Amino acid sequence: MNHSITEPDRAPLDAILLYVFVGLAALGAIFATAFSDDRLFRFHGYLLIGAFTVAFALMTVALSSGRLHSAQERYADGVIRAGVIATMFWAVVGLLVGVVIAAQLAWPSIMYFPEHGWLNFGRLRPLHTSGVIFAFGGNALIATSFYVVQRTSKARLAGGAWPWFVFWGYQLFIVLAATGYLAGITQSREYAEPEWYVDLWLTIVWVAYLLVFLGTLWKRKEPHIYVANWFYLAFIVTIALLHVINNLAMPVGALHHRSYSLFAGVQDALTQWWYGHNAVGFFLTAGFLGMMYYFVPKRAERPVYSYRLSIVHFWSLIFIYIWAGPHHLHYTALPQWTQTLGMTFSIMLWMPSWGGMINGLMTLSGAWDKLRTDPVIRMMVVAIAFYGMSTFEGPLMSIRAVNSLSHYTDWTIGHVHSGALGWVGFISFGAIYCLVPWLWKKDRLYSNQLVEWHFWIATTGILLYICAMWVSGIMEGLMWREYTPQGFLANSFVETVAAKHVENVIRMVGGLMYLAGALIMSYNLWRTVRLPSPASAAATPAPALIPAE
Amino acid sequence: MSKRETDEITGVETTGHEWDGIKELDNPLPRWWLWVFYASVAFALVYWVLMPAWPGINGYTKGIRGHSDRAQVAQQLETLREVRGEGAARLTNATLQEIEADPALQQYAMAVGQSVFGDNCATCHGVGGGGAKGYPNLLDDIWLWDGSLDGIHHTLQVGIRSGEPGARFSQMPAFGRDQLLTSAQINDLTDLVLVMSGQDGDRAAADRARPIYAEQCVSCHGVTGLGDPAQGAPNLTDAEWLYGDSREEIRTQIWAGRNGVMPAWAGRFDDETLKALAVYVHANAGGR
Repeated sequence: MNHSITEPDRAPLDAILLYVFVGLAALGAIFATAFSDDRLFRFHGYLLIGAFTVAFALMTVALSSGRLHSAQERYADGVIRAGVIATMFWAVVGLLVGVVIAAQLAWPSIMYFPEHGWLNFGRLRPLHTSGVIFAFGGNALIATSFYVVQRTSKARLAGGAWPWFVFWGYQLFIVLAATGYLAGITQSREYAEPEWYVDLWLTIVWVAYLLVFLGTLWKRKEPHIYVANWFYLAFIVTIALLHVINNLAMPVGALHHRSYSLFAGVQDALTQWWYGHNAVGFFLTAGFLGMMYYFVPKRAERPVYSYRLSIVHFWSLIFIYIWAGPHHLHYTALPQWTQTLGMTFSIMLWMPSWGGMINGLMTLSGAWDKLRTDPVIRMMVVAIAFYGMSTFEGPLMSIRAVNSLSHYTDWTIGHVHSGALGWVGFISFGAIYCLVPWLWKKDRLYSNQLVEWHFWIATTGILLYICAMWVSGIMEGLMWREYTPQGFLANSFVETVAAKHVENVIRMVGGLMYLAGALIMSYNLWRTVRLPSPASAAATPAPALIPAE
Repeated sequence: MSKRETDEITGVETTGHEWDGIKELDNPLPRWWLWVFYASVAFALVYWVLMPAWPGINGYTKGIRGHSDRAQVAQQLETLREVRGEGAARLTNATLQEIEADPALQQYAMAVGQSVFGDNCATCHGVGGGGAKGYPNLLDDIWLWDGSLDGIHHTLQVGIRSGEPGARFSQMPAFGRDQLLTSAQINDLTDLVLVMSGQDGDRAAADRARPIYAEQCVSCHGVTGLGDPAQGAPNLTDAEWLYGDSREEIRTQIWAGRNGVMPAWAGRFDDETLKALAVYVHANAGGR
């Protein structure tokens, strides 16, 4: 990897490898598209040809003009800047689709477009969930993990040009998944809807991500690995494991989009929810805890509350989380003993989850005044509070007696959104409010006032959303189990849907407010980037890596 | 290698590590946190002893309470059977007419019917049975097909254009789309239907259409337009419309001949449920 320093005229090996890989991928895509007689497969084939050819052409220009050398004495921040932009872009897209499908639930006869099948709820719903979790959340995690691992390791990202491959490869995965949903390509596994060839592509990207992350840790000039990196690494490794096993499938043909799962019946359901629950555990919890462990102490300028707590809650969290999946299948064909294990491990998970909350909140001791003065800190603290609330609600809902009321109702939707909007959304927004001035070398955000507006509008939106879902969820659960004196179910399903109309409208309003907050934030960040850089930053080059003592 | 120092604000020592300016305090685990963690582990241990929990080579640990979901479901279904009383058994043996003649049994059949209707029929016919565009109103005594008790029962069993053998079947031709009639002729026929149903229509156009009506429509809808329930042909002279009474809707129907589908329910419901549903629908429509 030292080619760039010793022989500056020759292209670095990592870039040449990437160049060859992209070229072969373009060739493969052309042949696969040419020989396939499956219309939907060809549609994605054309997308891949376009992506790989453009990448190949750009790399040709870059290599021949002597770019793609990585300056080892600087941090690789370009890919993080791109990640921040992608994060905000996908946040707005994912939230917008969420508002649309919330409106479809509130006004099913108005927002129904039979002549445009791709606009129906069934197609848009995975677009929303994947858009928010994988596109917004995934980009936020990749970007912040690249930032954090460099700073806490005092080392430039490993792999030269490959972090850019991780970034663009991940965007390609998102586009393949999203266009696939709209076109009706799905394997119908919740949060794992993309078909086999998209899964394979993500596997390649994810392994590259893991290697870049591990390589950077390997090069580190600090004696210890910081706690944030434990969480990021647990997230990357476990998601790889979950993704590969849950998506084991047999394609109908090598050039056909459809595949069939390797598992059947209740084993299939359990594999799916082992994946589904740990996507929550390792993507939406462990990954974002990594984010919290860097940005909260950094912003508050306070030491982390307890090193011992971070060790104990890290290991207990990752050991216990992986068992909790069966609580998604209470009172189904899943054997009762499996349900017992799912429920009891969920209850034991309560304190390991709260360990992160305590460490996050108590890090502010001595800096509580910043809640008043710094809306970014306030946003991250409220994120931790929502994290605490939903990690208490989760074990509660996993108790079989509670679950018999809450399961399949809007309560579950409310629970997911207090975690997604409150925790994942706010901690990411907080991190990005920190990152943009740091990355673009500004001494402040364009407007703290706009952050205040963002904070209050979005917080009100979340509260409207989750309160409406508690009410409608409990009402719906009670209506479903109500019997007439003669011993027949008192309410038809469609009556329970009609009964939720007001709550569905409130949920849409809450979502709209949250989206409005994200738009305010995007405007604020854009104006921040356009601020004149302070004289100090303009005069001196970007800070060089400080060698370790 | 590491330098422990004391944090000025809290007075707690740090661990001596530092990354990018971030240090760590050496606080112990919060006591309450640790005790609640132990308590949740204790809860799990107790629960494992009481309930089915751990798999082995031959089966799983049953738990000392002997609890079983399957046994519980069976017991709950038994309770439900007791609540429902003798109605279920009597429904099996009674004919449709006997059910209607016995007030207690009819009431029971209505309870079954309402429950089943809500989750299976309401999707198209509405929760109350009031119908929607393209889906008949079931609350009046105007019937496209035989509206007697036996007729309704038969419709429920075989469906309409359901593709099942013996299904009720009729087909309104798509006179315009299939070029059986010209556009002008269809305009005239639309006026005729408007006039026949007592609405505003161009009488001259209606008169022009009468020979076409006699040729194309009369075999199903009848000379005077009263329709024929044996063929599922609607009465064109009343105020009840499946797709709407406007000129556009009537013209669209003649042009494209929309033919709705109702599924066959035999094989999806048991005989008792089908009987109860027929009694329920018949009673809601006035019981004639």
